Amino acid sequence: MAERRNTRRAAKGAAEAGGGTGGPAPARLAVRKTYKLYLGGAFPRSESGRSYPVTSDSGRHLANASLASRKDARDAVSAARKAFGGWSTRTAYNRGQILYRVAEVLEGRRDQFTAQAVAAQGLSRAEADRVVSAAVDRWVYYAGWTDKVAQVLGGANPVSGPYYNHSAPEPTGVVAVLAPQNAPLLGLTSVVAPVIATGNTAVVVTSETAPLAAIDLAEVLATSDLPGGVVNLLTGRVPELGPHLAAHADVNALDLTGAGELAAEFERAAATTLTRVLRPGPGADGGEEAWLDPDPGTARMTPFLETKTVWHPVGI
Amino acid sequence: MIFEYAPAPESRSVVTLRETYELFVDGAFTPAEGGEYLTTLNPADETKLAQVAVAGAADVDRAVAAARRAYDTVWSRMPAAERGKYLFRIARIIQERSRELAVLESMDNGKPIKETRDVDLPLVAAHFFYHAGWADKLAHAGLGPDPRPLGVAAQVIPWNFPLLMLAWKIAPALATGNTVVLKPAETTPLTALAFAEICQEADLPPGVVNILTGAGETGRALVEHPGTDKVAFTGSTEVGRQIARAVAGTDKRLTLELGGKGANIVYDDAAIDQAVEGIVSGIFFNQGHVCCAGSRLLVQESIAEELLPRLKARISRLRLGDPLDKNTDIGAINSAAQLERIRELTDTGEAEGAERWSPACDLPQSGYWFAPTVLTGVSQAHRVAREEIFGPVLSVLTFRTPDEAVAKANNTPYGLSAGVWTEKGSRMLWTAERLRAGVIWSNTFNKFDPTSPFGGYKESGYGREGGRHGLEAYLG
Amino acid sequence: MPVPHTAFAPEATTNQALRAFLHGLPGVDEVGARARAQDLSTRSVKTTAKAQAIDLAISMVDLTTLEGADTPGKVRALCAKAAGPDPTDRTVPRVGAVCVYSDMVATAVDALRGTGIGVASVATAFPSGRAPMDAKLADTRRAVADGAGEIDMVIDRGAFLSGDYLKVYEEIAAVKEACGTAHLKVILETGELVTYDNVRRASHLAIRAGGDFVKTSTGKVSPAATLPVTLVMLEAVRDHHAATGRRVGVKPAGGIRTTKDAIRNLVLVNEVAGPDWLTPDLFRIGASSLLNDLLMQRTRLTTGTYPGPDYYTLD
Repeated sequence: MAERRNTRRAAKGAAEAGGGTGGPAPARLAVRKTYKLYLGGAFPRSESGRSYPVTSDSGRHLANASLASRKDARDAVSAARKAFGGWSTRTAYNRGQILYRVAEVLEGRRDQFTAQAVAAQGLSRAEADRVVSAAVDRWVYYAGWTDKVAQVLGGANPVSGPYYNHSAPEPTGVVAVLAPQNAPLLGLTSVVAPVIATGNTAVVVTSETAPLAAIDLAEVLATSDLPGGVVNLLTGRVPELGPHLAAHADVNALDLTGAGELAAEFERAAATTLTRVLRPGPGADGGEEAWLDPDPGTARMTPFLETKTVWHPVGI
Repeated sequence: MIFEYAPAPESRSVVTLRETYELFVDGAFTPAEGGEYLTTLNPADETKLAQVAVAGAADVDRAVAAARRAYDTVWSRMPAAERGKYLFRIARIIQERSRELAVLESMDNGKPIKETRDVDLPLVAAHFFYHAGWADKLAHAGLGPDPRPLGVAAQVIPWNFPLLMLAWKIAPALATGNTVVLKPAETTPLTALAFAEICQEADLPPGVVNILTGAGETGRALVEHPGTDKVAFTGSTEVGRQIARAVAGTDKRLTLELGGKGANIVYDDAAIDQAVEGIVSGIFFNQGHVCCAGSRLLVQESIAEELLPRLKARISRLRLGDPLDKNTDIGAINSAAQLERIRELTDTGEAEGAERWSPACDLPQSGYWFAPTVLTGVSQAHRVAREEIFGPVLSVLTFRTPDEAVAKANNTPYGLSAGVWTEKGSRMLWTAERLRAGVIWSNTFNKFDPTSPFGGYKESGYGREGGRHGLEAYLG
Repeated sequence: MPVPHTAFAPEATTNQALRAFLHGLPGVDEVGARARAQDLSTRSVKTTAKAQAIDLAISMVDLTTLEGADTPGKVRALCAKAAGPDPTDRTVPRVGAVCVYSDMVATAVDALRGTGIGVASVATAFPSGRAPMDAKLADTRRAVADGAGEIDMVIDRGAFLSGDYLKVYEEIAAVKEACGTAHLKVILETGELVTYDNVRRASHLAIRAGGDFVKTSTGKVSPAATLPVTLVMLEAVRDHHAATGRRVGVKPAGGIRTTKDAIRNLVLVNEVAGPDWLTPDLFRIGASSLLNDLLMQRTRLTTGTYPGPDYYTLD
């Protein structure tokens, strides 16, 4: 044991550099991670058995990611639907606790995410640090929103008659999120956190070219008491997965942020079942820096909320 | 002794019908460029009321241009408080002319005067009054410190509550600083044209409100016109889908208020007499031409045997006939086409195995009529439990437990309204929480108010109308 | 079409059984009940229907004087009014009854001899009902002995509100026995019961205890006979009939002053209990000034001109 530990310490530098670039062979070969999908709380490979190479900003091979298929998307919607009843009826306080837990666990893995951002996106260490910090803070931000959004968006309506009348926002259901393509961690967090903070469940198509941060994030989600199925992450291609999610009758809302040129086509497909659509906003194509605003407000929550109004007579 | 009510017809003399109505564009009534007209009938006796211009693409162009001009030059620049005062003024004129408008609505639509007089018109005036006050307070609406109007709104409304739907569309649009081009339904254009006169009477700047009459083609041209910033539609889910497709890929904002198949859940501890009233009002109000109608009665099995005879006894007392008679509870079906659809679907229900019941009820010789109808023994698999009939036809289903009630209520692509009847508060809240519908009426049904947001989940559409929430549809 | 029973009456009459029965009745939603009454009050009753309704209403009036200041002279004057409401028009139907305090029964019977109009007497320590049971029974027996054909008793609201339903039940049953062949109207004093749930329960309790009529009010407590209260009581007699086949009458009293008020009540009867109840045997209106308004409206319909109060006798 002691020996191995010593050896490892000695070989640390080489292992972290990925090895294989000549020089003396490492005393211990690094264990690489297999990047799989995150679906229903588990980490399966794509049912299609396909994967695709993921390279860094500069073209270096980083890993193979699962290439999600239409059927994976279908399974993800089923998982999200199954999780919706439980997640949406958790108390808002409890949802806030869990989102805050996500922030805590992410904070504990700062180094991993920073290194990932440096390696995959070619960010400087300082830039990567800023992005990871902002991502952690984003979870904290939405953790704080869970039990306020109903108060801010809902309330009593003074109807002209002997009725108690009250409106409150409710989650719309299963939200298919096409995450930003060029903002794989902070952008992803910024679109997923508001969806689940309000009690929806999400099926997310991650950045195609930079999907690894998403699966790393899945490990954070999986260890943060977030029930399985609340967030489902599919690595793969928007042109392949998007049409099925947009037209899926059990998808209640669609975030087109990462849809690119296909946004209009998906919006048309979504019309068939009157799926709610959030069109790509300004900055949808931008990098992580486009998502740095520390106070995004309610704009990414309201599109995925329904207003329910309840009337009841007041009498003796 | 038998106590019969003598006929009590409301006087038609308050209404002066013109033979021909033109389009209302840029503050003036002008003929359609195509020179085409359609005839609007009184559905209670099939007599012709008037002919109304049919707007074509060129008319849509000039109406949108007028609305844009009014937006750019007058309406968006006017102090918000002044904008609000126009709406207050319109609200007052509606109140002053309410009997005339109620009679006109009953003649054109076929709905009973009791409803136009006591429900539609008071709500129309209230809707303008409510929104008038918002005009200069939008910064306090929780939609940001300086919410901006969108521009020109294209609005298409249905025939079931013609003037009320106009109010739901125009009042918030104008209060938030938008200008509008509105198309009323082809079978019920007259009160919208009377509203155009009210705009003139109120000295509303030309182009702020434009009314284009016509049928489906006119509506299509309007919602597809590239010159608008907003589309608002109330009507069928099928047309809603088409509009959503047409708007996809544009920058236009869209709100849709579509169909429904509302469940009315009656638990065994309900206040039974009031529940019976609520069931009746839920499905027979406005001949069932209500998107949020409680068209599926879900009654707990343990009281079904007691409730249904009471319900039938109550339905037997409904008075069907002349819409202008003050004692009429059920008026005429709005059109021959709608009558045909109701007949077809109701026959289907019977063919699928439901038991059909109507009270003894003499239908007038001319006009479009359908007796109040109850279909019992309906199951979720029947078409009459799934499709919107939009007529005075109630489908009755039973349930055993609250979970089953909620599951059945939610087992529909629609999600507009639902009712809950129970004397137990906790059960009411439990049920209301689980129903996937935008409006839940608990121990009441079919209540509306300008302060109360209205709109659906799922295929019943998106966006809300009324209340603070409704403003969001017209602000950016 | 008949409506089914809401609950079975208990076999044994104990307070527990009565409580189970009364509390097992469906609740009444106040807002819904008011809305229903309001909706029915918009019924427009004109021309021939109005003429029919006015005559019917006149025949249902219990012409009433219940004042501490009542004298034999006042009672005789009222009886004269009852016998000939409109001296110039013999086609006016006679009223349902004359209603007086028990010590005035003999005077009223005497004054109405030969008219066919009956005398109703309030009894049982009207209006409060706060007297020993033997006094209440004596009051009743005396009125009946003096010739009252109808007894209007008050229930013990204190007992009702404290949950002692058995006491209320037994009092009604005892008074009913004391009535002999006289009809018993049971005054619930709904203004003191406050809720419609209570009105429904008290109605069923009174019906079950043997009352021939349920009556809203003494006229001494406000609110008296409101439309929703009458609605709830009509529902009770309707439901009791559906369950047992026995028809019980309803009498709103207090606050019904105009023809419009009276016609609204008749519309309620027609649409809630049904046309079978549109007879003085099953529906009465306790009133005094109402009669003149009915007469004036009757004149308006027959002559087409508006009448003036000076042409109608005060009492």
